[in-house]
Amino acid sequence: MAPLCLIKKEGVEMGLFIQQIVNGIALGSIYALIALGYTMVYGIIRLINFAHGDIYMLGAFVGYFALTTYKLPFGVSLALAMLIPALLGMLIERVAYRPLRKAPSIAVLITAIGVSLLIENLAMLWFSPDPRPFPQIFPLRPLELSGIRVSIPQVIVFITAVILMMALNFLVQKTKVGKAMRAVSQDKEAASLMGIDINRIISLTFALGSALAGAAGVMVGVIYPRIQPLMGVMPGLKAFVAAVLGGIGSIPGAMLGGLIMGLTESLVTALISSTWRDAIAFSLLIVILLVKPTGILGKSMREKV
Amino acid sequence: MSETNLLEAKCVTMNFGGLTAVANLSFELKKGELVGLIGPNGAGKTTVFNMLTGVYSPSFGTIHLEDELISKLPPYRITQKGIARTFQNIRLFNQLSVTDNVRIAFHTRKLYPIYNSIFLTPNFFKQERAIADDTKALLSLLHLEERAEDKACNLSYGQMRRLEIARALATGPKVLLLDEPAAGMNPQETEELTALIALIREKFDLTILLIEHDMTLVMKLCERIMVLDYGIQIASGTPLEIRQNKRVIEAYLGEEV
Amino acid sequence: MTLETKQKKPDGYLMLFLALLILSVNLLLISGKMPAYYKGILGFAGINIILAVSLNLINGITGQFSLGHAGFMAVGAYVSALISIYLKWPLILALLLGAVVAALLGIIIGLPTLRLKGDYLAIATLGMGEIIRVVLLNLEITKGARGLTAIPRSTSIYLVELVAFITVIFTVNLMRSTHGRALLSIREDEIASEAMGINTTFYKVFAFATGAFFAGLAGGLFAHLMGYIAPKNFEFMRSIEILVMVVLGGLGSITGSIVATIILTILPEALRSFSQYRMVLYSGLLIIMMLFRPQGLMGTKELQVREVFRLFGFGGGKNV
Repeated sequence: MAPLCLIKKEGVEMGLFIQQIVNGIALGSIYALIALGYTMVYGIIRLINFAHGDIYMLGAFVGYFALTTYKLPFGVSLALAMLIPALLGMLIERVAYRPLRKAPSIAVLITAIGVSLLIENLAMLWFSPDPRPFPQIFPLRPLELSGIRVSIPQVIVFITAVILMMALNFLVQKTKVGKAMRAVSQDKEAASLMGIDINRIISLTFALGSALAGAAGVMVGVIYPRIQPLMGVMPGLKAFVAAVLGGIGSIPGAMLGGLIMGLTESLVTALISSTWRDAIAFSLLIVILLVKPTGILGKSMREKV
Repeated sequence: MSETNLLEAKCVTMNFGGLTAVANLSFELKKGELVGLIGPNGAGKTTVFNMLTGVYSPSFGTIHLEDELISKLPPYRITQKGIARTFQNIRLFNQLSVTDNVRIAFHTRKLYPIYNSIFLTPNFFKQERAIADDTKALLSLLHLEERAEDKACNLSYGQMRRLEIARALATGPKVLLLDEPAAGMNPQETEELTALIALIREKFDLTILLIEHDMTLVMKLCERIMVLDYGIQIASGTPLEIRQNKRVIEAYLGEEV
Repeated sequence: MTLETKQKKPDGYLMLFLALLILSVNLLLISGKMPAYYKGILGFAGINIILAVSLNLINGITGQFSLGHAGFMAVGAYVSALISIYLKWPLILALLLGAVVAALLGIIIGLPTLRLKGDYLAIATLGMGEIIRVVLLNLEITKGARGLTAIPRSTSIYLVELVAFITVIFTVNLMRSTHGRALLSIREDEIASEAMGINTTFYKVFAFATGAFFAGLAGGLFAHLMGYIAPKNFEFMRSIEILVMVVLGGLGSITGSIVATIILTILPEALRSFSQYRMVLYSGLLIIMMLFRPQGLMGTKELQVREVFRLFGFGGGKNV
């Protein structure tokens, strides 16, 4: 255990370790926001929505244009960066996934990949493939707490993510719509017999998931101020890994998985090397799949023979 | 173990988490016997089949086939040793033809090395011809020859159940486990099935264990019946004894015997 | 309906037609009249056919959802390229060794992960492909992101064609045997397959390793055709491209894979005149294709010349 050895050594390295935990939590809350969309969509229609990472990219661009071109305040920009992706998510579901609800799952998966490619390539066409600097809204001056630096953007990202996740949790656990969502993910047919409009609930699920991804897009712009059309590919894959890690279909699982992913990445970057970071993320995935395929918080299902 | 015992289960128990599906069940099948396994829904009958065929490994207890311990073997090994089954919730290879469904089941009995199929050796043609002939014979025995080239998913319910039996027979079993072979059949089909089971038993020298809710079929065919309720064996005996057994009638209260 | 099993075997007309096609293409090649640009496309089409048919063996025939085919391709490419550069062994040996290493890796990865089902297996294989790519990026000997240069360009189009031909024959012959049927039965119902006495673990690993072997061969051919390889040639998107070819052709249909591969290799080239709209069109067509024909061009059937005539004759064709 490399981290533990470091603590024993010197204060400086111990500080570095805690510093990486702070960075990891900020990064992890972004992963968690994206992972939520994957997990909700998978939970309800068993689809790995490959276009989800690109929705996150669009969120970042909506935020970017709202802040720079239209000079809107941060709160309004964030709201727009959630609203527009939400509408787009619903549109994608309606046009590309709904007609295939009874088709083999691999056909829907390929369609999702097609949608992902389409968004990426349209974005490169419209926004140009070059990276753009995301406007600096919050002062970069870090807050020093006994040697640990916490930057203001990191704090903002963390707090926003927590508020959004609490809101989602409230919606899913306490409201009638949330109950309907849980019912549909358990058994679509039974839910429909109970008078739940399945299509509306699935639409809503896409809207919610996409809104969270859009917010994550703005968050990432706040911490790592560079955005470009392909920025969604890797974080998308990793957020999906995070969702599987936590137990796909489970909302607390996605949050936990996102945090674990963020922490692992930032610790590996600091302690081993940033080039190995991606390999570690996927190794973690394979280990979890082999030990407990349903993820940390997932429920196992037994096939009836 | 006496020599006539073909299959012997000793104190087998199956736990799923906190639930005991089958508790401390012991029984044996003598060679050539036709035994019925009955009981209300959820009594653990299919779980017994799943343990006998290796789909589940029993939590406790042992299962022997011809004095050989089989309860730790994977399902395909158990099939190769001579236990074949049909499935209650029909599990055919739906997108494949009826012929292919049966040909697949000849896999272990007419096996040739992989390179034979790649290089089309004489042995490949010889074995494939044998598989084709045997498949044809089985299909005609089970009155499926007219649907030989249809996809399995397009068969009628009764035909699907018969295809399941054809497939099980193709593996060359000593013991055949039939899981509700008459479910979903009309009275006439059930009668034909009853005759068919008697026929294949003679022809293939089989020992049969049969789960069935259709009591006419069970009473007509089985020499011995075991009754399971809540995972526990509550009775065992001839059809006549079972018919008069108090505990059996109690267990079935509300259901017809 | 009643022709179901007969339709699974490519017929004589088709063989004749393909033979004539191959012959005429080769005559053009030998005559030296084929522009280098078309030669290049032909080479890629051949390599893609090897990749698509071998992935079809895993995904379409055995029903194991793999998203890591580019990873096996990468292993074959790097191993064979390194052998050619440093050991200077003959091409055939380099290619075979690369393929064997890819197959071994397939076995090592397949044994534990093939217990997983459906989407979970897909994610695990995706992860595996990414790990391979990151390893290639970080190793000293693979020269990281810069990749390997100066690989002898010793592959000819004829060799690519030959390997593609062998891959197809291998798969078709396998499909017609008891071993091929065992693979199909796993796709249809793994529990029933096991109940028929089929060692499903063995056959899944066999399919995975064989698929990896041919992907490795394709990788080796690619390396020795291009003369240059880098990890970016084997990204996740490469696996997706191959998968799209297989699904578009129809899972389980060998001729479907071949037809879809040829279309999908030529299409992006044909769209080159639209330059920047090229990928937009490609992805748009992909979505439309899946929406209107989710079972792929061929479904699980094989292409037959007779059927093609009938298709044109009746205008509509049959449903699956």
